[in-house]
Amino acid sequence: MEDFVYFFSFQDPNVAMVVAGITLLSISAAMVGTFTFLDKKALLGDAISHAVLPGVCLAFMFAGSKNPYWIVLGAFITGAISTYAIEWISNSTKLKEDTVIAAVLSVFFGIGILLLTQLQQTGDAALSGLDHFLFGNAISIVYEDLMVYGILALLVIICILVFYKEFKLIIFNPSFAESVGLPVKRLKLLFNTLLVMAVVTGIQAIGVVLMAALLITPPAAARFWSNRLHVILMLAVLFAVLSGIAGAFISFAVPHMPTGPWVVMAISFIAFASFFFAGKKGILSKWYNQRNYQQKIHRDHILKSLFQALEKNSKTLEKDEIMEYFPGKEKLTRTYISKLEQENKIELEGEKLKLTPSGLVEAKRVVRLHRLWELYLAQYLNLAPDHVHDMAEKMEHLLTPELEAKLDASLDYPTQDPHHSKIPRDNDL
Amino acid sequence: MITQVQKPVLEVHDLTVSYGRNPVLWNIDFTLPKGSLAGIIGPNGAGKSSLIKAIMGLLEINNGYIKVFDQGLNEVRKKISYVPQRESVDWDFPASALDIVQMGTYHKLGLFRRPGKAEKALALDCLKKVGMEKYRDRQISELSGGQQQRVFIARALAQQAEIYFMDEPFAGVDISTENMIVDLLKDMTAEGKTVIVVHHDIHSAPKYFDWIIMLNMYLVASGPTEKVLTEALLEKTFGGKLSLLSDAAQLIKEKGFNPLKS
Amino acid sequence: MTFDVNAFLIILTGTLIAISCGLLGSFLILRNMAMIGDAISHAVLPGIVLAFFFSGQREGIAIIIGAGLLGILATIIIDYLSNKVKLQNDASIGVTFTWLFAIGIILITVFAGQIDLDQDCVLYGEIAYIPLDLIVTENNTILGPRVLWIAVINVILVLLYVGFMYKELKLTSFDRQFAQTIGFSTSFINLSLMGMVSYTTVSSFEAVGAILVLALLVVPPATAYLLTKKLKPMLLLTILIGFLTSLIGYYLAYFIDGSIAGAMASVSGLFLLVAIVYVTLQKRTSRKPIAMPTELKA
Repeated sequence: MEDFVYFFSFQDPNVAMVVAGITLLSISAAMVGTFTFLDKKALLGDAISHAVLPGVCLAFMFAGSKNPYWIVLGAFITGAISTYAIEWISNSTKLKEDTVIAAVLSVFFGIGILLLTQLQQTGDAALSGLDHFLFGNAISIVYEDLMVYGILALLVIICILVFYKEFKLIIFNPSFAESVGLPVKRLKLLFNTLLVMAVVTGIQAIGVVLMAALLITPPAAARFWSNRLHVILMLAVLFAVLSGIAGAFISFAVPHMPTGPWVVMAISFIAFASFFFAGKKGILSKWYNQRNYQQKIHRDHILKSLFQALEKNSKTLEKDEIMEYFPGKEKLTRTYISKLEQENKIELEGEKLKLTPSGLVEAKRVVRLHRLWELYLAQYLNLAPDHVHDMAEKMEHLLTPELEAKLDASLDYPTQDPHHSKIPRDNDL
Repeated sequence: MITQVQKPVLEVHDLTVSYGRNPVLWNIDFTLPKGSLAGIIGPNGAGKSSLIKAIMGLLEINNGYIKVFDQGLNEVRKKISYVPQRESVDWDFPASALDIVQMGTYHKLGLFRRPGKAEKALALDCLKKVGMEKYRDRQISELSGGQQQRVFIARALAQQAEIYFMDEPFAGVDISTENMIVDLLKDMTAEGKTVIVVHHDIHSAPKYFDWIIMLNMYLVASGPTEKVLTEALLEKTFGGKLSLLSDAAQLIKEKGFNPLKS
Repeated sequence: MTFDVNAFLIILTGTLIAISCGLLGSFLILRNMAMIGDAISHAVLPGIVLAFFFSGQREGIAIIIGAGLLGILATIIIDYLSNKVKLQNDASIGVTFTWLFAIGIILITVFAGQIDLDQDCVLYGEIAYIPLDLIVTENNTILGPRVLWIAVINVILVLLYVGFMYKELKLTSFDRQFAQTIGFSTSFINLSLMGMVSYTTVSSFEAVGAILVLALLVVPPATAYLLTKKLKPMLLLTILIGFLTSLIGYYLAYFIDGSIAGAMASVSGLFLLVAIVYVTLQKRTSRKPIAMPTELKA
């Protein structure tokens, strides 16, 4: 708790600096990531983030120290080469894109590991910091780092905002973008440059191995809350910043904890929560709707059975008779009978059930929809009368009042279904 | 205009099929006599491919059933052959024409057994029937579109089935291949085999098929060619969708789950 | 030059691992599932760490089964996310494996000191120490390096798997729908392949690390795919490239004093580059420019 207060009061200028840095890089990664995600190129970010490792090592060899300028430059160069290599190989050979991504990713990373281990063998003291590029260590960010990575991130953010409209267009409708005279090729080049830059800004705080998560997971989570680009973008940024700061805090509070994995844990948590609980698209609401629908079907069937009894001139049905209609579902049936009674759709007279006037209206509607759909299948789809029942049984719960009206009109307000049963209307008995 | 037959080789009963949450076929119900060469025609998005995919068990069935030789699909798989659309596979796959045709013998081999001499001879014979014996060792990506289609037909022949389902076998092939395939199919049906073909060209349909199935998300017509190929039925098939079916499909798509499933 | 036993043992182990990975990887790339291989190789990490922790040892079936199951679990999660949750496929892969890998890294840090496993080993293994870690029986007979034996068992099982399932793997890779219509259980065949990839990843983990396994899974088969026209030659060439990668990789690492696994990945990349250049040059000389407008456009 003490740590928590200390960290979030930002009284320590170092903490403030780390938070500022991680916030900027999370924003830039989430923004770029949203576009690559929507362009279905999410895994490209994974390849680039692995591919910056050899650049980092080469820069270190060249500069002889952990100089952020050289490191950023080196990382950018090999990252850009990998992006170009992926595009070139996919276009000029029969290799499929995902094979190319996997190959480029692993080979570049292999070269990086070879160089890194070579550097470690030489036993340079300053090297202890180089390890941090693998899994990230936000706490080790110093003022000079913040300047380099922060400015880079700011640059990415500004570019995305400036070219927001253009990027949106080349992702959703590249051929249209070309036809209205946008320089699609140059814009794509710019975007790829921003993508590599966004990856590079994260390597010290998050690490090359897991940087991809900060590009992929925030938009994946945000996608479940909205269909509109600017909302997705803002949510992705929000999620990324929250997880970035959470990760930084944990690696601050718990000694030796690398930042990257904790950022990924936080963002993954948000993502899985979104997959399950997000408004309309979440799994949970789908389950809930599906269950509700199953229950509506059961309810409709109870009403229908009472109406059919009425058609056979028996105003009531024994509770046991209804139970027999739904073998194996006795408990559910009992629940629904009492529910329908509470809603005043049916009346209970001892063990006998009877439709109330409002229950009758509802029951009629279910039967009417069933028979209208049967008639529709027979008339428009040329089906024999003995083939129409099964689908009508499904459609009777589904059709909306608007569709009912349309159906009725296209059948010219019929009175009989294909089996010559009467189609019940509200105003008859 | 739906002609039902006695003792059909194929019975499709009240079939409703969805692609995920999107209903693509409504209440398809027809029967097909043995030895017919049947064409499935209809506009784009009418569900032609979906129909044969559903028959082959590749799509989920929401309602109804299918019987081939009066049995369920799993009992008669060995008697059924399926030719997918040519574009559905990656022709860069490292295999020769002969390799692909041999795949037509796999269903008889069972688990773990490799094709032997007999299978190879059969595959060669089938390649010969489609005029491709010269190209037996050619890598499949080096074949033209028509030649690739011939290889697919040869693979189907190697299955030695009784009933064949072919998805757009004439799409993107040269005219001599098209003629060759048609002749071959006519020979096959003369021998008592049944062939069902998804076809996109309405003009050649009467020349090729003796039975026509007209689809437009629902079954417009099914019967002998001369009886169903009428102006009125063509208008119904190609003249736009039934708006109530489209509305209902839209309703289902918005549900987030498929209410037709149960 | 004298015969160096250590070098021989390391190259042999590297070759065996490259063969196991390459054979399975060939089918991965033919199914466009290379990135699933990437996901599996990352995802087994938490399984390995937990199995290390609970069994308290490196050898043993527990690790292989525990971590292997996690690899399969990862493919199931990816499948669930893309088919049930309706998240697009590439993002499903990305979300799943970064999450599982992060769990693995955190577990390693938490258990640091309690298990003999560190972050570096995760990334690039320690194939160089193979000759030092020997199996010694009770009566002091030395049976050779432990990791070599693990690789031998692995390669035998992979060869048996590919041998017995050759026809099924080939057909389902080429034409899944057709395979399904003739009654093949495509989902079972797919899951068995994922299981073998997981097992091989775990088994090779100590020698080459989690990420470089991917290089051996994907790069030699991709190279062979470019240079051959049939499946059998492709598999044989993959094996040859695997051997050369191990051989040259060892000496490269020796020469610049770096990680052998990293060197193997680099060498495999070099082979791929040569193959790509060769194929593109050949295309340019054999075909007139008019014949390739689609490629030029892209």
